[in-house]
Amino acid sequence: MLRIRCPWCGERDETEFRYRGDASQSRPAADAGLAAFSAYVYERKNPRGWHLEWWLHVGGCRRLLKLVRHTLTHEIRVVGTAQDQPSLPQEPGR
Amino acid sequence: MTAVPNPKPMPASTERESSGRYSGWRLLLEGLAGQRGWSRAWAKALPRPRYRVVIVGGGGHGLATAYYLASEYGISDVAVLEKGPIGLGNVGRNTTIIRSNYFLPDNIRFYEYSLKLWEGLERRLNFNAMVSQRGTLNLFHTEAQRDLFTRRANLMRLLGVDAVALSREAVQALVPLVDLDNGRYPVLGGFLQPRGGTVRHDAVAWGYARAASDAGVDIIEHCEVTGMRRDGRRVTGVDTTRGLIEADTICLAVAGHSSQLAAMAGLTLPIESHVLQAFVSEAIKPVLDVVVTYGAGHFYISQSDKGGLVFGGAIDGYNTYGQRGTLPVAEEVAMEAVTLMPALARVKVLRQWGGVMDMSMDGSPIISKTPVDGLILNGGWCYGGFKAIPAGGMTTAHLIACNAPHPLAAHLDLGRFAAGRTLDERGAGPFPYAH
Repeated sequence: MLRIRCPWCGERDETEFRYRGDASQSRPAADAGLAAFSAYVYERKNPRGWHLEWWLHVGGCRRLLKLVRHTLTHEIRVVGTAQDQPSLPQEPGR
Repeated sequence: MTAVPNPKPMPASTERESSGRYSGWRLLLEGLAGQRGWSRAWAKALPRPRYRVVIVGGGGHGLATAYYLASEYGISDVAVLEKGPIGLGNVGRNTTIIRSNYFLPDNIRFYEYSLKLWEGLERRLNFNAMVSQRGTLNLFHTEAQRDLFTRRANLMRLLGVDAVALSREAVQALVPLVDLDNGRYPVLGGFLQPRGGTVRHDAVAWGYARAASDAGVDIIEHCEVTGMRRDGRRVTGVDTTRGLIEADTICLAVAGHSSQLAAMAGLTLPIESHVLQAFVSEAIKPVLDVVVTYGAGHFYISQSDKGGLVFGGAIDGYNTYGQRGTLPVAEEVAMEAVTLMPALARVKVLRQWGGVMDMSMDGSPIISKTPVDGLILNGGWCYGGFKAIPAGGMTTAHLIACNAPHPLAAHLDLGRFAAGRTLDERGAGPFPYAH
């Protein structure tokens, strides 16, 4: 069970949240071309390590959160707002 | 005194150890001779510096690809590199179900080809994989779902694949355990593929490994790929924990970790890695002789020949490479089990485990060339890699040997995403959590 410390609601179980995928993807410029849009829609870095990701607190404040989570250890290092731009840690997860 | 051959001496570098042909007669003779005549099923090969084809990943698809390359396409200068021992990856972690009850005609044809290969597999490999065509039953709980399943069954029948609609009464007769009158999700009927069933997963890995080894393939265990060598647009070899191995063609068959290996070659794939849990109960007397899938949730169950109920549900739902799984999904699966079959409430779960899967962005697999010349990808298997092993191996071998896609797997090319030809098998759009 993941425990996610929502900035508005406090620490809650993962079952209150809905995972919304990779948060490092950013929408290309409108004239960026098909290849850029295809990569935006479909391609994922899918790291084995620290991952920037969206979680929607659907069973709580219904805010979209941005997490830094380790995909092997599941350690959650940062829970921020959608506007935050956290950098990924360099060290391995616990 | 006996006709049984003695264990062969350690093989010279030119001579490959073979386990010989298995038969009832040999089993009898070995029994009389104290079981001393068996040798290991596949040779423990040492890596050579160069091969025509290197397959990364000694799971079901990697081993099957190697076997069909050697036996069907005459290419035996092949190495299969496996990070750990054979059989400990997803080929040994699934719920062992085989079926071809798909929706898109291209997918029906592909999985039906796989089912036909399963039907002749044991004879071909001379290995008992316990292929059991006990039938797979999909239950439906709403009229809309009945219509959808009827459409699917009709599509299958148009392509000559078996599918039978079952009434409530027929479902009850086939599976007495099912609670038809559940207050929230009553069962309205079912849709049976009689030729579906289960196969002993470990034996699939062992059988293909043995047959590939006998056909001249080097199976190299404990050999982890750590890097990929490129010469311009072309891949030329792999760095491994046992040294550099060069090859004309490198095939990735490492579903679960395809993104990791592809990144070594500079590629980003339309794949996320997720964990899927599976469960087995304590062994009980025979209660279930068909594979049942629940239509009001995501749950599938069968009973193994040892008596344990083997079941699973949906993925945990967020990117992970942890081969474990967390409790919310375990609880959900247990709830679905008891909703569908209330008698199971008193059965104890014996073991739980997880396997990491490639969830492709449209829910269908990828068997394809890649933008890197000489690099072939077999991956993106989502929930359905095990049942596809024979067809996946055959069509990947075809792609490697003929440098062109097999007609039955041409729709699984990697280019479909950019071209807008995603395979919407589930009818719910391109998401990395589909079937």
